[in-house]
Amino acid sequence: MRAIGIVLAGGNNSRMRELSNKRATAAMPIAGGFRSIDFVLSNMSNSHIQKVAVFTQYNAKSLNEHLNSSKWWDFGRKQGGLYVFTPTTTPENSYWYRGTADAMAQNLGFLKASHEPYVVIASGDGVYKLDYNKVLEYHIAKKADFTVVTANVEEKDDPSRFGVIRTDSDGRITEFEEKPISANSFQVSAGIYIVRRRLLIELIEKSAEEERHDFVKDVLIRYKNVKRIYAYQMPNYWSNISSVDSYFSTNMDFLKKDIRDYFFKEYPDIYSKVEDLPPAKYNAGSSVKNSLVSSGCIINGEVDGSILFKKVFVGNNCVIKNSIILNDVYIGDNTYIENCIVESRDTIRANTKYIGENGEIKIVVEKNERYAL
Amino acid sequence: MIKKEMIAMLLAGGQGSRLGVLTANVAKPAVAFGGKYRIIDFPLSNCINSGVDTVGVLTQYQPLQLNTHIGIGIPWDLDRNVGGVSILPPYEKSTSSEWYTGTANAIYQNLRYMEYYNPDYVLILGGDHIYKMDYEVMLDFHKANHADVTLATIPVPMEEASRFGVVITDDKKQIQEFEEKPANPRSNLASMGIYIFSWPVLREALIKLKDQPGCDFGKHIIPYCHEKGDRIFAYEYNGYWKDVGTLGSYWESNMELIDLIPVFNLYEEFWKIYTKTDRIPPQFIASDAVVDRAIIGEAAEIHGEIHNSVIGSGVTIEPGAVVRDSIIMSATVIGAGTVVDKAIIAENVTVGANCKLGVGEEAPNEVKPDVYAFGLVTIGEQSVIPDNVQIGKNTAISGVTTASDYPHGLLASGETLIKVGDK
Repeated sequence: MRAIGIVLAGGNNSRMRELSNKRATAAMPIAGGFRSIDFVLSNMSNSHIQKVAVFTQYNAKSLNEHLNSSKWWDFGRKQGGLYVFTPTTTPENSYWYRGTADAMAQNLGFLKASHEPYVVIASGDGVYKLDYNKVLEYHIAKKADFTVVTANVEEKDDPSRFGVIRTDSDGRITEFEEKPISANSFQVSAGIYIVRRRLLIELIEKSAEEERHDFVKDVLIRYKNVKRIYAYQMPNYWSNISSVDSYFSTNMDFLKKDIRDYFFKEYPDIYSKVEDLPPAKYNAGSSVKNSLVSSGCIINGEVDGSILFKKVFVGNNCVIKNSIILNDVYIGDNTYIENCIVESRDTIRANTKYIGENGEIKIVVEKNERYAL
Repeated sequence: MIKKEMIAMLLAGGQGSRLGVLTANVAKPAVAFGGKYRIIDFPLSNCINSGVDTVGVLTQYQPLQLNTHIGIGIPWDLDRNVGGVSILPPYEKSTSSEWYTGTANAIYQNLRYMEYYNPDYVLILGGDHIYKMDYEVMLDFHKANHADVTLATIPVPMEEASRFGVVITDDKKQIQEFEEKPANPRSNLASMGIYIFSWPVLREALIKLKDQPGCDFGKHIIPYCHEKGDRIFAYEYNGYWKDVGTLGSYWESNMELIDLIPVFNLYEEFWKIYTKTDRIPPQFIASDAVVDRAIIGEAAEIHGEIHNSVIGSGVTIEPGAVVRDSIIMSATVIGAGTVVDKAIIAENVTVGANCKLGVGEEAPNEVKPDVYAFGLVTIGEQSVIPDNVQIGKNTAISGVTTASDYPHGLLASGETLIKVGDK
């Protein structure tokens, strides 16, 4: 593909509550075996983008660990590759990334040194499959300056947490409001953009001069009436991790056969870092129903309507219902967990009870030392 | 100049004919094991865990699956700038072209590969055992004894020693005598087919015996070294070591992995076993599924019942199907309502709906009674079994079969159904 990729993975989201204490949203574990950034990286790899920059800033430890090798997404290449750009101080600049446009401005050299004519910019917290070549074809056909990939959401998804968009009959964006108080449309930005590299450099330089730092507000929305900005409608499943509720429901979507088959069985695949874990083990006394179980798990108790991420140990007589247990959690005997997300690498004591009540998902963090108990 | 202290030569060219249809199109080291592994993963992981980063894999019989699996060695961290894994098939030479005619002959034909790395020691391995072993400890033993050759040995029960090649040592573990399958064994230390040679000793012996037809380590090289008075030592290994050479032992060692705390534990952090992971997604266990004592690989979809079984990655068990005491390898589909009892079903097999596998009384297999025994149903890779058929015990099936292959809808115990060329 005649484009380079930029993944915006620096953000934090307070609506992720305690889950964001540990990692950036882009590193959130998804569907048992993945992290949310795997989707955008796999899409870029599968669209034959060879050179990808990931901008990280907030709490990037998990993310950096996940990206410690580029080979899993097939970016271990002589031509191109995967670049992780964290803010650095230079003689001219001592700021953190003050926004998405500033992140690009601080790494303008990457954009300038490339020779591909287009740039695909995408956030690291979307769960979807998309061939960016199709978006580029649309972009060229519409003679657009920018193309924004959009998705339709429902009332219950609360469109006001997104960039809300209205288009004319040709698909050109006429209205674009970022996180409005009340939304007047259910078409929202999926945080995926295509733009000509030269134009991007020009607008980013101009914004930097004017001390404007946000790509959506200060570039897209500001130039909406001057530049031709088109909406490309996401053809299939799309979800965005921006709150505990959306995180929970996105994961639970994978219990549905059509969504599971779409991501897990239909070509092309989503890739992730491979961890060498043995197959999941079900001991006598275990009972698992309607659940996803990842490799390295050992199950002795009851699991229903839940997702067990990698290397989860479920003790005897435990009951786990409608919950997400993140990576490497040890759950002691006789424990009851319902409507919860259990934070990764935790050890839950025996005989405890956690229930998320009144439709609220409870986040369980015990921080016990596993071998001290 | 390149210098590696010890390199490994892994003999992976054998067919493993006692695994019957499982090795019809796959070399034995590439046969799947334990839900997500292949047999060769164990020696390869042992190599990298022991600090041996240069491994020549000698292939000959049906190497496609093996080549695909090993690739450039990424899963084992054997993709190296210097060393790493190299696949070594037989090749044509200006004066001759021959297959590998024996274990030592195969190594002899790759003298130049070994010379390139300028090793002090060469480790000779087979590709057909399940075990975790630190070859570095064995090398330390070899060095401490100033040995020319060290054999890895394992104590076996005295009453079984007559099935093995045993060694008789003095109190310093120096080998005095060899006995191949002795009627009245005088020792219970069995050779594991793992050798460390000091490189000059190996090189001299291989060149000396180069015209020996079918030159073999156990039959020719070791006796030659013994006769000329080389210092040969027995290193005693005391961990789990399982030969998976027969369908019975293959089935048994898979089943051992399901035990509450398996003797051979894959869940330990220490000494991981690495493999090429083709599938990343988690497995799905449906609302109407029953899973009771099993290990299950990635991306499997379980809608039926599983009891005491090893299920590979990407397997689909349709609603109402029941699988007991069986090994189902990757990407195989078990149709709705089908009952599978004590079967080994290889990769990419489609078993139709409402079949019964493993029915009736046991009867010896009519074609290969010593291979297809243990009461097992064995189905080779890429096979197709039609709906509504019954299959007896000690049976073997390979290829795309249709209802007309099963008179009265039955393949009776002891029968073999092999269709070649249909695919």
